[in-house]
Amino acid sequence: MVAPSKPGKWRRSVGTWLHYRAETFIIPVLALLAAAVFFSIFLIALDKSPGEFFFLIGRGGFGTLFSWQNTLVRAAPLILTALCVAIPARMGLIVIGGEGALVIAGFAAAAIAIPLDQSIPPMFTTLAMGLTAVIVGACWIGLVGWMRHARGVNETISSLLLTYIAIAIVNFFISGVLRNPADPNRPSTKPINPDAMVGVIPGLHVHWGLAAGVVLAVLLYLLMDRTTFGFAARIAGGNPRVAEAQGLSVGKLIVTGCFIGGACAGLAGFFEVAAVHGRANSALHANYGFTGILVSFLARHNPLAIIPVACLFGGIGAAGGLIQRRMDLPDATVLLLQGVVFVTLLASETLYGRLPFFRPTQESRT
Amino acid sequence: MSDLWDAIALVLIALVGGVVRVSTPFLFVSLGECLTEKSGRINLGLEGTLVLGAMSGYATSYLTGSPWLGIAAAALTGMVFGGFHAVLCQLPRVNDIAVGIALIQLGTGAAFFFGKPFIQPTAPHMPLMALGWWSSDPQLQNALMINPLFPVGIALALFLRWAFRNTYWGLIVRTTGDSEPAARDLGVSINGVRLAATSIGGLLAGIGGAFLSLSYPGSWNEGLSSGQGLMAVALVIFARWDPVRCFYAAVLFGAAGAIGPALQSVGVTQGYYFFNAAPYILTLLLMVASGRSKRAARDIPRELAITR
Repeated sequence: MVAPSKPGKWRRSVGTWLHYRAETFIIPVLALLAAAVFFSIFLIALDKSPGEFFFLIGRGGFGTLFSWQNTLVRAAPLILTALCVAIPARMGLIVIGGEGALVIAGFAAAAIAIPLDQSIPPMFTTLAMGLTAVIVGACWIGLVGWMRHARGVNETISSLLLTYIAIAIVNFFISGVLRNPADPNRPSTKPINPDAMVGVIPGLHVHWGLAAGVVLAVLLYLLMDRTTFGFAARIAGGNPRVAEAQGLSVGKLIVTGCFIGGACAGLAGFFEVAAVHGRANSALHANYGFTGILVSFLARHNPLAIIPVACLFGGIGAAGGLIQRRMDLPDATVLLLQGVVFVTLLASETLYGRLPFFRPTQESRT
Repeated sequence: MSDLWDAIALVLIALVGGVVRVSTPFLFVSLGECLTEKSGRINLGLEGTLVLGAMSGYATSYLTGSPWLGIAAAALTGMVFGGFHAVLCQLPRVNDIAVGIALIQLGTGAAFFFGKPFIQPTAPHMPLMALGWWSSDPQLQNALMINPLFPVGIALALFLRWAFRNTYWGLIVRTTGDSEPAARDLGVSINGVRLAATSIGGLLAGIGGAFLSLSYPGSWNEGLSSGQGLMAVALVIFARWDPVRCFYAAVLFGAAGAIGPALQSVGVTQGYYFFNAAPYILTLLLMVASGRSKRAARDIPRELAITR
């Protein structure tokens, strides 16, 4: 397509770069379209209108200012939990435990607020909550990295097991010693001081978690793509033996990557508690961590691409209620759609380097 | 003093019954995963298969009135779902672990989507075998009401070990899992073997799922299998890819899962959620303890991407 007219070295590398970029953009988009087609066929088989379905996603997720706010409130934790998949993925690890890190870190933030609320100014309470959540989240996923490095424990399985453990620990506390006696209907911790809550971004009416997610995504993109650390991480992810031979400490890289990812997921938990729910309860376990896996895969683990993809899935999530009411579909419809997208996306991996349109050159076939 | 002994005896009896009940789904999923991994692929999607099998088994049993048809439907669903994993993975450049994660999401999504109308109604359960006839103790009799799938699972574990060691098909599966070039030299279709192994593995996981909804806990709801399929995958690693050791491991996991309910039966309700977490913590500890072991390194199918 962008075939160089003269075989200049610079021109050719730009052409290759363009090939690569266009391919990594077009193939996921094709996968999304294919998933939409599959899901439409499925809806037609159920005697539902696919047109109405996608129209409602457009309206419920992106149609009005209010739906955009709803979408962005959901996109914020999705960006952060997707980063928890993307950063370890650069080191070659498939970590799917962001949900657990979010839940346990959010709970830790709510728990630390209980004794602090009376004794120190609200601003410091917020700060302590944020710090606690980040540290707990980082250690939670850092443990996954350590187990992988030190004991060869498969990180995919261990991180998902830790998610179930996190949920059990949180249930143990919120229905036991830390349960708020004033709230008999639903087990939850005491509400945090309203003054210690995180506010909204002025003019946008979306909490600051969105800004934190976007800034972190950009920073981590720079870290992974523009620094020696990121370069070393990618070598370790591509081939650990080569990395070892280069004198890189693969273990350190893996644990650091998991640490960073876990910190992001922990931050998501902090904002869910301190900006949305105001307490820790079972609403923390809202599948953001699992949707984040799909977001990161769809963004090809590129932190910058995660931002728009998170908005897309935030919008689909925001439209869920509308679809449920208008089309009389169960609430698992969104979950099923995500599953279809995920499977189609992974099947599309096989297209890389094979689309005739791109005529891949030798260099682009890595 | 005798009160304490009575309580301990009661807990032990409840534990025996609990182990049989809790370990059966682990046993079936782990045998399915064992077969799949022996052929050189890992299917994390068995967690999704388990949930989907539980839902389809329950729905079929409710609609037809026959739990056996429910089991058959779950087995068929599991087989199709397993086959789907195999077909996706034989595409070049497609990662089997990632496909497994996607199939967990697709399977649970589909199960929740179609299972909504079946959460309330009660479907006929599988009949149990009363193996406690020789005892006059009602508690013991109750504990020994055993689902026929449990002995079937034991027989299957023995059969699989024998088949891996002594039959042509066992050799083919093992060769495919250990070395693709060697399998190709034998003139074996690698994708065909893996399709068969993953499909049968899915079939077994589907039956495990039907056990969850049709025997114990015995109803369909969205929290039915939280990670049991995944623990079964970890269990296969711990069992070092041997079907009979899978059985021992399943019993161990069953015991970990049965402690909480057994203690509850004598009135110990403290730490209920903690005991809920016991099987997960046990899995994790076993994985940490058995990681990097020399024997695991010897027994692992060489083509398996799980321990690089």
